[in-house]
Amino acid sequence: MNLGDTLLFASGSLRGTRSRTILMMIAMSIGVAAVVILTALGEGARRYVVGQFSSLGTNLVIVLPGRSETAGINPGMLLGKTARDLVLDDAQALLRSPAVRRIAPLTVGAAQASHGSLNREVVVMGTTSTMLEIRHMDLAQGQFLPQIDPRLAMPVCVLGATIKKELFGTQPALGAWLHLGNRRFRVVGVLAAQGESMGMNTDDLVIIPVASAQQLFNSQALFRILVEAKNRDMIEPARRDAEQIIKQQHSGELDVTVITQDAVLATFDRILRALTLAVGGIAAISLAVAGILIMNVMLIAVAQRTQEIGLLKALGAAPAQIRQLFFTEAALLSTVGGMAGLVLGEIGSAIIGKLYPVLPVGAPWWSVLAAFGTALGTGILFSVWPARRAAELDPVAALARR
Amino acid sequence: MIEFTDVSRIFMVGDQEVAALRNVNLRLEAGEYVSIMGPSGSGKSTLLNLIGLLDRPTSGTYRLDGQDVTTLGDAQQAQVRSEKIGFVFQFFHLVPRLTAAMNIELPLILAGIPAAERKERVVRLLENYGLADRADHRPDQLSGGQRQRVAIARATSMHPAVLLADEPTGNLDQATGKEVLNLLEQLMEQGVTLIMVTHDPNIGQRAMRQLHMVDGQIVSDSRRQASS
Repeated sequence: MNLGDTLLFASGSLRGTRSRTILMMIAMSIGVAAVVILTALGEGARRYVVGQFSSLGTNLVIVLPGRSETAGINPGMLLGKTARDLVLDDAQALLRSPAVRRIAPLTVGAAQASHGSLNREVVVMGTTSTMLEIRHMDLAQGQFLPQIDPRLAMPVCVLGATIKKELFGTQPALGAWLHLGNRRFRVVGVLAAQGESMGMNTDDLVIIPVASAQQLFNSQALFRILVEAKNRDMIEPARRDAEQIIKQQHSGELDVTVITQDAVLATFDRILRALTLAVGGIAAISLAVAGILIMNVMLIAVAQRTQEIGLLKALGAAPAQIRQLFFTEAALLSTVGGMAGLVLGEIGSAIIGKLYPVLPVGAPWWSVLAAFGTALGTGILFSVWPARRAAELDPVAALARR
Repeated sequence: MIEFTDVSRIFMVGDQEVAALRNVNLRLEAGEYVSIMGPSGSGKSTLLNLIGLLDRPTSGTYRLDGQDVTTLGDAQQAQVRSEKIGFVFQFFHLVPRLTAAMNIELPLILAGIPAAERKERVVRLLENYGLADRADHRPDQLSGGQRQRVAIARATSMHPAVLLADEPTGNLDQATGKEVLNLLEQLMEQGVTLIMVTHDPNIGQRAMRQLHMVDGQIVSDSRRQASS
């Protein structure tokens, strides 16, 4: 009996019991679709987070003031000293590292912004011209901060899209004066709307030169120093150099924390991947249920087709051939059911993608393969027993009565 | 050709042993026409099943064409069945979802015969048995006589040496039964060994050799001298 005949015979007997076949295929396809949709969601969440991180900038190393000790006691604490502030000189010193392409110091504070009769509280970010490239910001109008010595204060500012709309409405903002606290800044540029990115909404920002911000808030301390490494391989050297240089600057004491965006990203990536796997695994349980359903129905099929099996034996079918026929039926069922499930899953993910456009929903290739493989595997695995039952049927008893 | 030596077949019913066949010795030559008669429960069908390798004896040996087939494995027995033995049943046992032609083709498919040759053989069989215009009908669209003709065509599709018929006319009216018997007897003329179980003496007497069974033993073995 060759493969083509086996397939024909098996599909013929599946067509013979149409409603049962369709029910089994539905069970199988729901299982597969569940795996595909859930992993697509998980993968979407992962891509979303990864995307958010990359929009922060690429190859970033971030220097934060203060050191979080996980073990032991910071000797400074015993002497009643707190961590030294990060200052502009520290930031400039970081440029000595050959692994560093550029840096952007960052101070953040809140101030009252007003234009004419309109005023509101805004987040003011003090930084340098390099911020534009490091953070991948886009300008809608005008220019970014001028390329000047970071130690120089200059009364210019760049507005976030929302601030521009709320304080200026449809009026042109470029060239106008904006009051921040008791100082005046001339608007030189407006940022393009970008939306939220890792909790920091650039649309709600006013950006001024770092030295101006230090005057405005009357503090030399920097909030962060963003360091961009020359390339991906340079991230780790840049991190080491940054620690080394700050240590030198701070008289031999390492009182800053240096994190790489990569490390954070990798952690999130791992967590979300594990989550996707877990969710997919839960969905795979429904596949196992579908497999057990197939086993049940195959057992019923064997019982119902006792006579036919006995006949096939009388006509010279070997036990292996009978087993093969039932296997083929199960494999056909799971293949067709699985493929229907893949289609269903893709449609489902597409619908979710439409409903939540921010989520880049899409099942990863491994989950599609795994779902289909599991469907086929369970279908065949759970037909082993029914197929053996069929092959071991006593033909005399099977044919005895109709 | 068929040789039974001391063959017994014992079934367990509950905790009781029931002997369906008791130390049967039997020798059938190729081309014989044998009827097996006896009351129900006398072991006729058991004997037929043993000859057809659907069942295994509890003790004794069975030689088919000089080969001891009792020791063969299931797969080898299936092969012997496929090549040498054809069955005709009282209840036809056609596969309901398959057409007449496909039912006839079934043993050929199982034996792995190429599709082109299968088609040819099926067409010839359909013609021989007057079923050419019924080829695409399913069993429930056929009369009893037609169904049994399909079953006979199927049993002979692999050109078996032995044809086993278990009450082949049991489910048919007189006229159709006679028609079916004639078909079977024609086959015998082509050299097929025909072994038929029946409890109808009128039918049994048509065979050249008649075995009577009672309580699992052959009590008489008679031959008819003159031909009818």
